[in-house]
Amino acid sequence: MDAAVMDTDKHHEAIMTPAEPLIMKQGTPKIVTKDVTVHYGEKQAIFPLDISIPDRAVSSFIGPSGCGKSTFLRCINRMNDTIPICRVGGKITIDGSDIYDPDLDVVQLRARVGMVFQKPNPFPKSIMENVAYGPRIHGMAQSKTDIEEIVVNSLKRAGLFEEVKDRLDAPGTGLSGGQQQRLCIARAIAVNPDVILMDEPCSALDPIATARIEELIDELRENYCIVIVTHSMQQAARVSQLTAFFHLGTLVEVGDTEAIFTNPQERRTQDYIMGRFG
Amino acid sequence: MLVLVAVLVVLAFFYGKSRGSALGTAGGKLHSLPYYHGYFVALMVAIPLLMLAVAWPAVSASFIEARALAILPADLQPADGLARDAVMRDIRLLASGVISDPDRLSAYPQGVRAAAADFAKLNWASGWLQIAVGLLVGVGAAMLASRKLSTRFRARNSVERIFLTVLIICSAVAILTTVGIVFSVIFETLRFFAKVPVTEFLFGTQWSPQTALRADQVGSSGAFGAVPLFIGTTLVMLIAMCVAGPIGLFAAIYMAEYASPRARSVAKPILEVLAGIPTVVFGFFAALSVAPLIRRWGESFGLEVASESALAAGIVMGVMIIPFMSSLSDDVINAVPQSLRDGSYAMGATRSETVKKVVLPAALPGIVSAFMLSVSRAVGETMIVVMAAGLAAHAVSWDLIETFNPLQAVTTVTVQIATLLVGDQEFESAKTLSAFALGFVLFFFTLILNMIALRVVARFKEQYD
Repeated sequence: MDAAVMDTDKHHEAIMTPAEPLIMKQGTPKIVTKDVTVHYGEKQAIFPLDISIPDRAVSSFIGPSGCGKSTFLRCINRMNDTIPICRVGGKITIDGSDIYDPDLDVVQLRARVGMVFQKPNPFPKSIMENVAYGPRIHGMAQSKTDIEEIVVNSLKRAGLFEEVKDRLDAPGTGLSGGQQQRLCIARAIAVNPDVILMDEPCSALDPIATARIEELIDELRENYCIVIVTHSMQQAARVSQLTAFFHLGTLVEVGDTEAIFTNPQERRTQDYIMGRFG
Repeated sequence: MLVLVAVLVVLAFFYGKSRGSALGTAGGKLHSLPYYHGYFVALMVAIPLLMLAVAWPAVSASFIEARALAILPADLQPADGLARDAVMRDIRLLASGVISDPDRLSAYPQGVRAAAADFAKLNWASGWLQIAVGLLVGVGAAMLASRKLSTRFRARNSVERIFLTVLIICSAVAILTTVGIVFSVIFETLRFFAKVPVTEFLFGTQWSPQTALRADQVGSSGAFGAVPLFIGTTLVMLIAMCVAGPIGLFAAIYMAEYASPRARSVAKPILEVLAGIPTVVFGFFAALSVAPLIRRWGESFGLEVASESALAAGIVMGVMIIPFMSSLSDDVINAVPQSLRDGSYAMGATRSETVKKVVLPAALPGIVSAFMLSVSRAVGETMIVVMAAGLAAHAVSWDLIETFNPLQAVTTVTVQIATLLVGDQEFESAKTLSAFALGFVLFFFTLILNMIALRVVARFKEQYD
């Protein structure tokens, strides 16, 4: 009972954290959520959650396993719709429009909000066709040359073009893990999204491939709103400008990455960052 | 005897186990846990005893029979194998003591009765001797095995080795049976080809296997051109796959991709019930319901439809194969990693786009192999075609429309095998042997199909591991 009371107290504290993150002062937030809740069947996975996510910056969600950070990430492009027992409540807006509006076409939403998964998941097709997949289903290009242009551009922006330019027809599954993940990023940016969600994009990769992806994330920051879920606090510190700490389905603390890592306001954030639990 | 084996084995187990734990408490650390010692002793007892139980009756029976025959008086000695069997039957009957009526007893010659009494005595002795020997062997084996037990004895490894041997023997039985069947089919086929040339069999267009017993009978000239059978088989198989292929595949896509868990939990068992219907039932369903329906339907279009048609058999066979095809396809579609679907949805693809462009291409090799396995089932299916497709070999000509006309009666390889071997037959005639040749062709064809299917599946697996 006492613990529960303490928990809610802390929750209120978190919401009332006085200092607004500096990063938010640079412009209007891209994604704003209000009272977002998620239930899996009877079990509540996310408790009312409010957060504002800036455009043209990297925001990272950190927290121990099962804290709800991936679940929350998957609300932003409504990937949770594919799980039958999952219910999402509250309101999420991107550029001011509600993405859970019944009139909204979820297919269009997902074209605007790309996603990169934990495990690289290239389709069992050629490298070319992997990247061309999105543009083709959305009718973004008419001619073959247009498609090729999009593919080459996307591969270049994902920093993969130089490595694969001679074998665009080779299967995407034949690339190394790091290359596959960059292929997935190229595939995501080929449909020209506004937002890119990344769900632990480096957890299946070795340190060198991880460094390469982090570099890429840093480059992409100039043009996209990027949200990344990560288990590695070092990674959050390296690539993100805004950091949000989740614990047991609640957002404990959110702030400029530097502030979170040097001067956390919350006891639980501090404990997690110091490696005392998680 | 089996009771004895069971008792001895259980005793051996506990003996071994207690010896094991005794060793453990007495001195030092055991290599294996005590119950492994128990298993070891039990197995060492069980194996010789079971061998004894299997071998004893065979050996003792032939010995006792020989004795019983030997004491028969000279005038009752059987002249040939048949007579010998008859006498032995009498002796066994008398020895079993079923006949108690003295009148009926006296109907048997004195010599036979004496032999029977001796036979019964020997049997009784043999039974007890077996138990005695069994006890001796069991206890001896237990003694031998327990002498090996020590703290350093690796009972765990020995038990592992024994189990491995048993498993290998079981799989060897399965493999050897297959090999045996294949060889017997091959040899009979070769005998058939000694009577009928291979070329006539493979390319001949006349099939009428009735070889006459006497030269003056009607239809004495047997013709063994199997082409009409191959055409009939192909035709029925094609029709069946036209039904089962698309329906099975689409049902599988619905089940795997669209159906809610509740719909799936209802639909899947129903499909499996369909798979459980005996083919005989499908057969008379085809012959009595579907064939007349097609005939009436065809007549309303002014088409001439035989009352037994390839179409009826093919359609019903297709229905029979649907669950097979759909559950195989369902498995391969489910084996496509969820991450691929997520990737596609996250790109903004709809469900059908995802199925069409990601799931099906990924599952294609598996679906192809499901199709191949279905084809080999269609080719091997017998009951439905026996009842619904007819027996008469269809005339083959270069008029392809007429030759492949699905509205006529056809006959298939399996039907002919069945009809050739139903009823009385002589094993030496070309008629009977031709069944082996047909069986060989069938076997060869399905073997190749299955091999292709397995190859494709193997390649499919490489992609995701």
